[in-house]
Amino acid sequence: MNIFVILKRTFDTEEKISVSNNRISEDSAEFIINPYDEYAIEEAITLKDAHGGTVTVVTVGDEDSEKELRTALAMGADQAVLISNEDLDSQDQFTTSSVLAAYFKDKEYDIILGGNVAIDNGTGQVGPRLAELLDIPHVTTITKIEINGTTVNIERDVEGDLEKIETSLPLLVTAQQGLNEPRYPSLPGIMKAKKKPLETLELDDLDIDEDDVEAKTKTVEIYLPPKKEAGKILSGDTADQVKELVSLLRNEAKVI
Amino acid sequence: MAKKVLVLAESRDGALRNVSFEAIAAAKEISGGGEVFAVLCGDTVQSLANELIHYGADRVLVAENEKLANYTTDGYYQALKQIIDEETPEAIVFGHTSLGKDLSPRLAARLESGLISDVTGLEQAGENTVFTRPVYSGKAFEKKLINDGLIFVTIRPNNIAPLEKDESRSGEVKSVSVEIKDLRTIVKEVVRKASTGVDLSEAKIIVAGGRGVKSEDGFKPLQELADVLGAAVGASRGACDADYCDYSLQIGQTGKVVTPDLYIACGISGAIQHLAGMSNSKVIVAINKDPEASIFSVADYGIVGDLFEVVPLLTEEFKKVLV
Repeated sequence: MNIFVILKRTFDTEEKISVSNNRISEDSAEFIINPYDEYAIEEAITLKDAHGGTVTVVTVGDEDSEKELRTALAMGADQAVLISNEDLDSQDQFTTSSVLAAYFKDKEYDIILGGNVAIDNGTGQVGPRLAELLDIPHVTTITKIEINGTTVNIERDVEGDLEKIETSLPLLVTAQQGLNEPRYPSLPGIMKAKKKPLETLELDDLDIDEDDVEAKTKTVEIYLPPKKEAGKILSGDTADQVKELVSLLRNEAKVI
Repeated sequence: MAKKVLVLAESRDGALRNVSFEAIAAAKEISGGGEVFAVLCGDTVQSLANELIHYGADRVLVAENEKLANYTTDGYYQALKQIIDEETPEAIVFGHTSLGKDLSPRLAARLESGLISDVTGLEQAGENTVFTRPVYSGKAFEKKLINDGLIFVTIRPNNIAPLEKDESRSGEVKSVSVEIKDLRTIVKEVVRKASTGVDLSEAKIIVAGGRGVKSEDGFKPLQELADVLGAAVGASRGACDADYCDYSLQIGQTGKVVTPDLYIACGISGAIQHLAGMSNSKVIVAINKDPEASIFSVADYGIVGDLFEVVPLLTEEFKKVLV
């Protein structure tokens, strides 16, 4: 089975965010594989173990993304592809999905997995956009997947409810928390990963004209939310605190 | 410039979702005096149409088809694509709901358009509508616009105020027949896990519990408080991991992102992943035994104390004043 994972390098969850020159500052920030994409990698490896085949991880990013690709290889993916975005002046989800679609155009794929959302931009667009461009079905926020031949049974999370879906390959799915517990790369895995193939592609290699994938949206401003003033910690005996709180919520905050 | 704007209305359990009324309000603003029309899809949804007009839609298109009874990507995609081709709107507004998140990118790809997801505010800047949305789990915000062509956005529930309901408004309600061909994904079964009553993502008030609730039973006082307030009950990942409640209640970076008017955090320490899911709530109350708990750093009001003592007292007090 030809299994692909699309992944994104993102800020570490714990990172503090600062803004300079109308951009999020990346100075000394720690980067990780987008946590939802880790579920996708884990599931891809599990599918390979069950059905055989190869797992290819693909990202659109700068040269630093090699680190996250190597981590995916250390987890157990077989090969990696880094599509360089360094020639792009502007990039949004239209851009990324168009670039990925150009990559997949001449590939044979049974299933493509990704995270349901990236924790930086948080749009969740690239997976479904790519599925449309490839004209294959997609299922988002999956928590379970079973493949029998070309029949695929999926459970997905829909705002807390569970939906059972039947569909078929080829298919694109996006991972929700609960799908699995991603493994940590083992030491032998890390050693092996260094020797696994990692291909870097330029837009030219994919016959992409930058103008054709130019972003459709523009960010005009990035800012931090106003710092919250220190809250009011109530004091006194508990019954009085409770009375005061109710009064504050009604008369000061006016939310009740 | 006046624009024609399409709003996709969503219903749940036979009633329209609030986010659809909020989407109409957003669409009105984008339209700049143009026309806002709502689209309703389902098997029997005609009866809901007038309420959309009461909330500001100028007209409603009702696409009824048995293949639209359950949401499927392909079914809704085909219905919407036919309506968009027919009506050629200049802007489209969806809710940033499970359905909106699943369908909008796919349509945007087909329409070769930009898409601004998870919008929490909008304003006019000259000819452009500029949209505000959170990034990095609400740790920062960005203002975005669509360079040219179709404006397509999804709006986060509970952030854009709906217009006042006006039952005297009238407008055209028209049935449209849509052709739904093969569905490549089939819904076999929907297992309801979300708690009874109020939907978390749209709740105005949320009472949430963390590890401090200590057990499944520990959620009972929280549920009682929620019942008095007409609130939804949520949880931190810690409480879900410890099996005190179902993951469907989880609020946080993995889990639901919520922005209610009032968020009451009970026995939640306030890990950064949890804050990512709720820190943009309008008013936050923290109840925790540990005065150092980081939840107090985002709280507007805090009570340092045992939730099992504080929460029942709070319930009694609200009962008194809300009679």
